[in-house]
Amino acid sequence: MAQSGEARTTPAQVTRQALSVAAATGLYGVSFGALAVAAGLDLAQTAALSLLMFTGGSQFAFIGVIGSGGAPVAAIATAALLGARNALYGAALAPLLRRPGPRGWLAAHLTIDESTAVATAQPDVRLARHGFWWTGLGVFVLWNVFTVVGALVGDALGDPSRWGLDAAAAAAFLGLLWPRLAGRTPRVVAAGAVVVALALTPVAPAGVPVLAAAAVAVVAGWRAPGPHLLAAPSGAGS
Amino acid sequence: MSAYAATWIAILAGAGLCFATKLVGHRLPEHWLAHPRVARVASLVTVALLAALVAVQAATSGRAVVVDARLAGLAAAAVALALRAPFVVVVLVAAVVAAGLRALT
Repeated sequence: MAQSGEARTTPAQVTRQALSVAAATGLYGVSFGALAVAAGLDLAQTAALSLLMFTGGSQFAFIGVIGSGGAPVAAIATAALLGARNALYGAALAPLLRRPGPRGWLAAHLTIDESTAVATAQPDVRLARHGFWWTGLGVFVLWNVFTVVGALVGDALGDPSRWGLDAAAAAAFLGLLWPRLAGRTPRVVAAGAVVVALALTPVAPAGVPVLAAAAVAVVAGWRAPGPHLLAAPSGAGS
Repeated sequence: MSAYAATWIAILAGAGLCFATKLVGHRLPEHWLAHPRVARVASLVTVALLAALVAVQAATSGRAVVVDARLAGLAAAAVALALRAPFVVVVLVAAVVAAGLRALT
């Protein structure tokens, strides 16, 4: 316990935070690896997704579309759309990192939910950089190692549905979705997306129902003002 | 082109697009991406895609909407999430419930 009232964050504390996030995230690389193999990818393809795409949501989406018989183009589009939030993370990180050249490219590759969350939670720029690199590199190493472990386990399991891996894939998406459901608008959008996806399943080619559901978000996001916009008075007092 | 080769090309193209998206965020002037409407649409697109993926993965088979052991697994996962279980546990719970139900029926 700190004796003085003013507890200052140290780089060592940030490192510990980064490594615990990296361990938790890396571990669920096991489920990605196993599910990718269950979706029909081989070990090299599974490993390549984690090395080169390196953004969990997009990777799960990619194998989800491929596994349900969707066209490769639909898998690419879904993965890319799900990765769109990373552009916002990059914009938030750029002023903190200021890295041109090769290290800037590496910083871009390591821009994911976890590295952004740890970096932007720090009280100053120095600790933010420290948190970003430790979390980004930590997750990258463990995510890739555990992806391979998961793929090997998945290969050994055989028939995916006998082990409930199809239900596990749905649960993985629910786990990624859950923390984003705070507030009314995201819940309405999620419900609308479920309805659109299920309604289109009998009539549209595999992969298309998921993409079409994104339209719900565009409409809702374009029109509905977020809570922060309600602060702007409309009419009153002007 | 074989399905195997097509999957490889899709992996490389998808990875390239995801990397380009991250790089654009780092290189574009922040004010454009910081527009509240852009931020709102982007975060809701993530929600919509994940929700649709849950539905398709849990309740469809080919072009049919079906109810089977997967939904029970998903419900168990939701309970685990409500109890703040870690991600790996959530996924395992769903698998165990679905596999158990299939073994029983």
